Amino acid sequence: MKIEKKRSDLFIMAIFTIVILSMPVWLSPLGANYPDLLQKFAIFGIFAIGYNILFGLTGYLSFGHAIFIGVGSYTAVWSFKLLSMNVLPAIVFGTLFAGIIAALVGYVSLRRSGIYFSILTLAFAQMFYNLAYSVLTPLTNGETGLTIAAGDPRVLDRLFSDVATGGGLPSTELFGISMSGYSGFYFTAVLLILAFFISLKIFNSPFGLKLKAIKSNQHRMKYTGYNTRPYLVTAFIISGMFAGLAGSLMAVTDPLAGAERMQWTASGEVVLMTILGGVGTLYGPLLGVAIIKYLENIFSAVNEATLHGFFSFLPQWLNDTMVVVVSPFVGEGWHLTLGLMFMIVVIFLPGGVTEGFQKIKNRFTKNKEQEKLKQGGE
Amino acid sequence: MDAVLIQLLNGLDKGAAYALIALGLTLVFGTLGVVNFAHGALFMLGAFCAVTFQKILTISVKVIDPSITFFTAYKEQAYLEIWFGDVGLTIIDYAVPLSILMAIPVMLLIGLAMERGLIRHFYKRTHAEQILVTFGLAIVIQEVIRHFFGANPIPMPAPDIVSSSAAVGTWLGLSDNLVYPWWRLIYLSFSLLVIGSVFAFLQLTTFGMVVRAGMFDRQMVGFLGINVQRKFTIVFGLASVVAGLAGVMYAPILPPDYHMGMDFLVLSFVVVVVGGMGSLPGAVAAGFLLGVLQSFASMTIVSQYLPGIDQVIIYLVAVIILLTRPRGLMGRKGVMED
Amino acid sequence: MSESVLKISNVNKTFGGLKALTDINLNIEKGKVHAIIGPNGAGKSTLLNVIIGLLEPDTGEVLFDNKDVIGKQAHEINQMGLVRVFQTPEIFTDLSLLENVMIPALAKRDGSFKFKIFRDLADEKDIMNEAVDILASIGMEDKMHNMSGSMSRGDKRRLELAMCLIQHPKLLLLDEPTAGMARHDTNQTIELLKKIKEGGMTKIIIEHDMHVVFSVADTISVLARGKIIATGTPDEIKGNPIVQEAYLGGGE
Repeated sequence: MKIEKKRSDLFIMAIFTIVILSMPVWLSPLGANYPDLLQKFAIFGIFAIGYNILFGLTGYLSFGHAIFIGVGSYTAVWSFKLLSMNVLPAIVFGTLFAGIIAALVGYVSLRRSGIYFSILTLAFAQMFYNLAYSVLTPLTNGETGLTIAAGDPRVLDRLFSDVATGGGLPSTELFGISMSGYSGFYFTAVLLILAFFISLKIFNSPFGLKLKAIKSNQHRMKYTGYNTRPYLVTAFIISGMFAGLAGSLMAVTDPLAGAERMQWTASGEVVLMTILGGVGTLYGPLLGVAIIKYLENIFSAVNEATLHGFFSFLPQWLNDTMVVVVSPFVGEGWHLTLGLMFMIVVIFLPGGVTEGFQKIKNRFTKNKEQEKLKQGGE
Repeated sequence: MDAVLIQLLNGLDKGAAYALIALGLTLVFGTLGVVNFAHGALFMLGAFCAVTFQKILTISVKVIDPSITFFTAYKEQAYLEIWFGDVGLTIIDYAVPLSILMAIPVMLLIGLAMERGLIRHFYKRTHAEQILVTFGLAIVIQEVIRHFFGANPIPMPAPDIVSSSAAVGTWLGLSDNLVYPWWRLIYLSFSLLVIGSVFAFLQLTTFGMVVRAGMFDRQMVGFLGINVQRKFTIVFGLASVVAGLAGVMYAPILPPDYHMGMDFLVLSFVVVVVGGMGSLPGAVAAGFLLGVLQSFASMTIVSQYLPGIDQVIIYLVAVIILLTRPRGLMGRKGVMED
Repeated sequence: MSESVLKISNVNKTFGGLKALTDINLNIEKGKVHAIIGPNGAGKSTLLNVIIGLLEPDTGEVLFDNKDVIGKQAHEINQMGLVRVFQTPEIFTDLSLLENVMIPALAKRDGSFKFKIFRDLADEKDIMNEAVDILASIGMEDKMHNMSGSMSRGDKRRLELAMCLIQHPKLLLLDEPTAGMARHDTNQTIELLKKIKEGGMTKIIIEHDMHVVFSVADTISVLARGKIIATGTPDEIKGNPIVQEAYLGGGE
C-alpha cells in the first residue's frame, strides 16, 4: 500500500533557518533591513505562530492573548530589575509566567466554546488590562509603565561583577553581548526558528491532527474516546507561552512595559495577521506578520509632504486631490487601512493569502491539464 | 445612607447605558443570529451625532464686537444668534436633546446601510467570521471619526436649565446636601422610556410578534413564508437607533471620543451574556444590575477592603455567571450553543 | 447461556411526569446482534441516551462489561469499549479519509489524552497500515487522501462505520443506520452490516426500518410506549400478535 511520503523536517528547517537569518540581506532592496523592523518581524512572528496553534488548529477565537504579551513584558522587566540585565532569565521567566497565567485563563475560558469562549477571553482581557492599568500599580507602575532604573538591585549582576552604581541605565545583554542592533535581531531570530520548529512538530504530530479534528467536529471527538478539554487547554497554554515569549522579547528590545500592550484590541491585530496569511497553515501567520508589519512601517512613516513628493509626476490639481484622498489612510490613519484590510480579507479571502496562492496555482495547473487533455485528444 | 443612594443613582445611570446598548445587541443576536462587534461603534456614532448637530447649529461668522469700543474687535457669532437672537441662543443651548431629531433618521440609515451592505452577507458564515468582520468595521468607523473629529474628547454641555443638580435629598426627606445632576436623572428616565417603547413595540405590533417568534425559533418563521429578510433589516435599523440614542444622550455625561465605542462594547457583551443570550428582559436587567454593582464596588467602604474591585467586578461576575449558569440569568436553552 | 456485554436492569425514566421508560430490562449477549425497534415516540432515543450515559435514569442500573455507565462522560464510555454510530453521519469533514480513520485508531491505542509532539504522524506506521486496511475493506483506499466532506451521505455513513470498527468495540451501537438513505445506499449498508456480523462483534441496532432489522438481527426487542413488549428471534417477533398490534394498531 502506498502511504504518504514523509516530508523531511530537516530540509524544511534548513531552508527556514537560511531564509530567516539572511533576512538582513534579501530585505535590503525593500528597504526593510534595519534591525528594529527585523526584530519586530521576528517577535510578532513568534506571537502569530503561537496564536495559530490555538485559533488555526482548534478554531477557538481568543481575544485574550494580549494578556500574555503583557505578562511576558512585565515579568521580563522585573527580571531586569531584580536579577540581571541578561536576557536569558528574562525570557525564561516571561514565558513560564505567561504559561501559568494562560493555564489559569484557559482552564476557565475553555469550559465554554464558540462565542461564549470568545466573550470569556474578552472579559479576562479587560480584567487584566484594568488590573495592570490601575489596581496592581505597585507591580506595573500603572499608567507610566514599568521601567528599569539605575538603582535597581539586579542581584545576579552584582554577584558576578562590580556594577557601577552611577552612570546611565544599563542595557540588555546576553553574556556581555549587547542586545541592540543586529545581535538583538539574531537572538530573536534564533528563538523564532525554535518557535517555528515546535509549530512544525505540532502540525505533523498526532497531537496536531487531534486539534484539527476538534475544530472539525468536537462532538465526534468526544464519542471517539477523546477528552477534548486537556487538548484545548494544552494548545491554549502553548500559544500563551509563545505570546509570553514575544512579550518578553519586546521588553528585551526596549526594557519598558506598559498596560496598553494588554488592550484586547491588540489581540485583534494578531488575529488579523493570522487570517491574512492563512489561518491554520504552517507558514501563513508568518506571511501575515511580514505583510502587516512591512506595510505598517511604510504607511505610518508617510506624511502629506512625502505624499506630495510621491504624486509629483501628476499635474498640481490632481496631485492635491490624490493627497487629500490618500492622506486619511497613512501616518496616523494607518489603523484605518488596517481595519479596511481586516474587512476585505474576512469578506473576500477568509483563507488568507495562502489560499489565494493556492487558488491561482490550481487555476494554472488545471489549465495545463486541460491543455494536455486537448493535445492528447487531437 | 446618602452615599448609598448616590451610588444607586450612579449605578442605574451607567446601567441604563449598558442596558440600551445590550438591548440592541441581543436583539440582533436573537433575530439575525449575528454577533455584531460594531455595535459599540453605533453608540459612539450616536454621541457624535450630537457633536455634529451642535457644530451645525453653531456655524459662525466673524462680526464686530460692539462691547469693545476703543478699537475694532471681532468675535465669532453663530448665524442662529444673528438671525433669531435669543431664540437662536436657546436652540443652541438645547443642542443635545434636539440632536435626537437628527440622530434617529441618521442612525436608522446607518443601520440599514450596514445590514444591507455587510451584515446580510454574513448570516451563513461562522460566528468567528462575523466577529472578525464587524470588529474590522468597528475599527474603520472609529478611525474615520478620529480623522474628522480628532482624538480628544469633545465636551458637550447639557442645556443650561438642567446643568445644575436636583435636590434629590430634599424630595425624599433626607439630607438637603444630597443632590444629583439633573441631566443624569433625565438620562435615566429617557432610557426607561426608550426601553419601554422597544418592549411595547415588540409586544403590541404584528411586526414585533414576528420578531419575537423569530427569536424563539428562527427556522420556523422562515417556514411560515414571512419575508424575514426585510424584517431583519428593520430590526437591525431599530437596534442601531437604540444604540445611537443611548450615545446622543450620554454625550453630556461622558465627553465623546473616538474609542468610547470599543470601551462600551466589551461591557455590553458582558451584559448580554450575564443576562442570557437572546433574552431582551435579561439584557435590561443585567445592564442595570451590573451598573449598580460597579457603582457600589467603587464606594470607599468597599475599596477599603478590596482595593480596585470596582475595576474588575463586572468581569468577575461575568466569568462566574458564565461558568455556573451558562445560559445567563434569563437565557433560554440552545441559544448560540454549539 | 453466553456472557453478557450490556445489562440493563429496572430502568425507569420520567420527564416532567411523563413516563418515557418503564421497567426496562435488557441483556445483550456477547457476539449477538440485538435490534431495538419500535414506532416513533416509543422511547428508543431515550433508551439510547441512557445506554451511552447521556441521560441518568431515575431508577435502575446500566452495566456495560460489568461496569456502571451512569454518569460517565462520552469519552469514558468510548474508552470502555462502547462505540456509537450516529443517526446523521458524524465525521471530520475537514480532514482526509485516512485521517478520519487514524484518529479513532489513535484513541484506541493512546487513550483519551496524550501530549506527545515529537513524533510524526508519518512515523505511526502501525496505525497507518491499520487505517489503510479498514479503508480497503469498505472500498475507499484509493480515495484516502481526499477530503471527506464532499462524499455522499451513504459514503459518509460507511466511513463512520469504519471509524468505529477500527476501535474493535466490545459493543457497537448503531442509531438508525439507514435513516434518510436512498434505497441503493440502504442495501449497501445492509451488506456492510452483514459483513461485520460475520466478524462476531456485539451490536445494538436501533431502527424502525423492519427490512433492515430482519435481515441482520439475531434478537429483536420491541419497544412501545416506554415498555419492552416482546423480545425474541426475528421469526418469533414476526408472528407475535402484541407486536403487530403495537405497530399496526397505533396509539389506541
